[in-house]
Amino acid sequence: MSSTLPARPMPQSRVDGNLDETKRRVMTQPPPLKTARSGPMADRIFGWLAKGAALFTLALLIAILVSLTISAWPAISKYGLGFLTSTTWDPVKEEYGGLVMIYGTLMTSFIALLIAVPVSFGIALFLTELSPAWLKRPLGTAIELLAAVPSIVYGMWGLLVFSPVLSTYVQQPLQAAFGDVPVLKALFSGPPVGIGILSAGIILAIMIIPFIAAVMRDVFEVTPPLLKESAYGLGATTWEVVSKVVLPYTKAGVVGGIMLGLGRAIGETMAVTFVIGNFNQLDSLSLFQAANSITSALANEFAEAGEGLHQAALMYLGLVLFFITFVVLILSKLLLSQLKKGEGAKT
Amino acid sequence: MTNHSPANTSAGDLLMQSQALQATRQAKFAQRKVVNRVALSLSLMAMAFGLFWLFWILFETIRLGIGGLSFATLTQMTPPPNDEGGLANAMYGSFLMVMLATFVGTPIGVMAGIYLAEFDTKGWLATVTRFVNDILLSAPSIVIGLFVYAIIVSRFKSFSGWAGVIALALIVIPVVIRTTENMLQLIPSGLREAAYALGAPKWKVILSITLKAARAGVVTGVMLAVARIAGETAPLLFTALNNQFWTSSLSEPMASLPVTIFKFAMSPYENWQKLAWAGVFLITMTVLGLNILARVVTRAR
Repeated sequence: MSSTLPARPMPQSRVDGNLDETKRRVMTQPPPLKTARSGPMADRIFGWLAKGAALFTLALLIAILVSLTISAWPAISKYGLGFLTSTTWDPVKEEYGGLVMIYGTLMTSFIALLIAVPVSFGIALFLTELSPAWLKRPLGTAIELLAAVPSIVYGMWGLLVFSPVLSTYVQQPLQAAFGDVPVLKALFSGPPVGIGILSAGIILAIMIIPFIAAVMRDVFEVTPPLLKESAYGLGATTWEVVSKVVLPYTKAGVVGGIMLGLGRAIGETMAVTFVIGNFNQLDSLSLFQAANSITSALANEFAEAGEGLHQAALMYLGLVLFFITFVVLILSKLLLSQLKKGEGAKT
Repeated sequence: MTNHSPANTSAGDLLMQSQALQATRQAKFAQRKVVNRVALSLSLMAMAFGLFWLFWILFETIRLGIGGLSFATLTQMTPPPNDEGGLANAMYGSFLMVMLATFVGTPIGVMAGIYLAEFDTKGWLATVTRFVNDILLSAPSIVIGLFVYAIIVSRFKSFSGWAGVIALALIVIPVVIRTTENMLQLIPSGLREAAYALGAPKWKVILSITLKAARAGVVTGVMLAVARIAGETAPLLFTALNNQFWTSSLSEPMASLPVTIFKFAMSPYENWQKLAWAGVFLITMTVLGLNILARVVTRAR
């Protein structure tokens, strides 16, 4: 039909709009009259729905902030910012301070990054530069599946399988080897039972490796081949190409990936709850010491906490957690835009 | 030296120089090659390190999970300590809540994604929404649980399946928004323009042209979201709580697989731990299966 469609009637129909029936039949097969008429109204409704959904997400964030603040208000008004620096957490005496949990969250995330960043870099390097083409996809998928494993699985595996192994083969030898060295002694003191900050940090590292590695791989792959080939053409080795061409070119994305992993590590709940030991005291800097994190304190205590100050204090912790992830995200965005600007200025 | 012609001198010197230079270059080159080899071996080790954990976790999950799995696991209710039983109510609860949460969260996510990709790509609302969506995407799931507790559970004075559904739906939304927007942006604008040129109204262009073309990607996003919430424990801990019995009533506390695993795994009772491993096995297989399926769907395109 379309080939026989005359060019002439088109402008006419656009100008006056009311084409008589017979002509229309000739032009197009089924007259889509209704659709055309209902267009503007349906369009408007559809547009409102779409806009409403977008506004809904905005409202959601505001609602989260407001409702958490309201619920935490008894604790906020009683302790103020002193909550963040106090180490007492005593539900019996109704005394609350969040430093133990905040320290636990930050320390475990720090250990996780310490392990995960170099490993992820290695994985991304392997996947982009070393791996034979046919292996790239299966290996990449395998690493991504590591991210898909639910955190409760990591938790249970960590508690029942990993921590005994860690205790016997890592913690006890470390204590035996460094028990007398001044600084390391403090780090490796405490009961080597496989539960505590170190094991939580290691499990978090395993959990965030796929996130960081996936981002690094993706940004490594967008490096223009021309740049890499020029470097290879000048006689650079693979390592030199990656460290001196690819990495500088993609540093913004790499930092973004690391921040993404950090955000994950800070907010992770179940895996940490299983292996951190849930111990609300901060009396040594030992990595073997059982500790607590914001998320695991919430997971363990919230359902049992009675309404009142205990619940409010936990809500306050939740607010602090949300704030920390918020800051990490904003920081990563700012950093990214600044790095991008810097790159723009140099070229 | 003196009776040599200047040209000869310089040639000899050059030879000497170039020999020395050659030697340093060779040394430098050897060193660079060593550095390269070390770096690449480390990279290979990093890859092995990553795969090692995956296989260890999967191996233990399968080994211990199959041990705890039996027909009773699928048909009987969660037992009291040291008693025979299964996970039927927990599996049903999980299924119900995940399904409802997907049905609630997907339309909102898709519509917001459409708004970002089709209606308002650069306006202030789109910029803010994208930013907020990033925040929600990286928000700890336990905070979502706290939020739902504050607005629903504490208001109605009862833990309920609905609260769990809402908490899970709130996790689905940002995931679906992100994938929908990304997938719609991949659709060439020529397709849209062709549809507009035929006189199709915008809603029809979006629903039956662009969204249809991006269908596989959107479905993948939804599947990944389902995989994510199927394993979520934290937001259910104080919304749906747990229930020892079979219930279809969403206004009561409702059992779910992850929360049951959490409770059982932390307990000292052997039969509970065994059931927890069976649950871990089921949940891991479901989630990994969904992930692999999602990949197959995208690759088929």
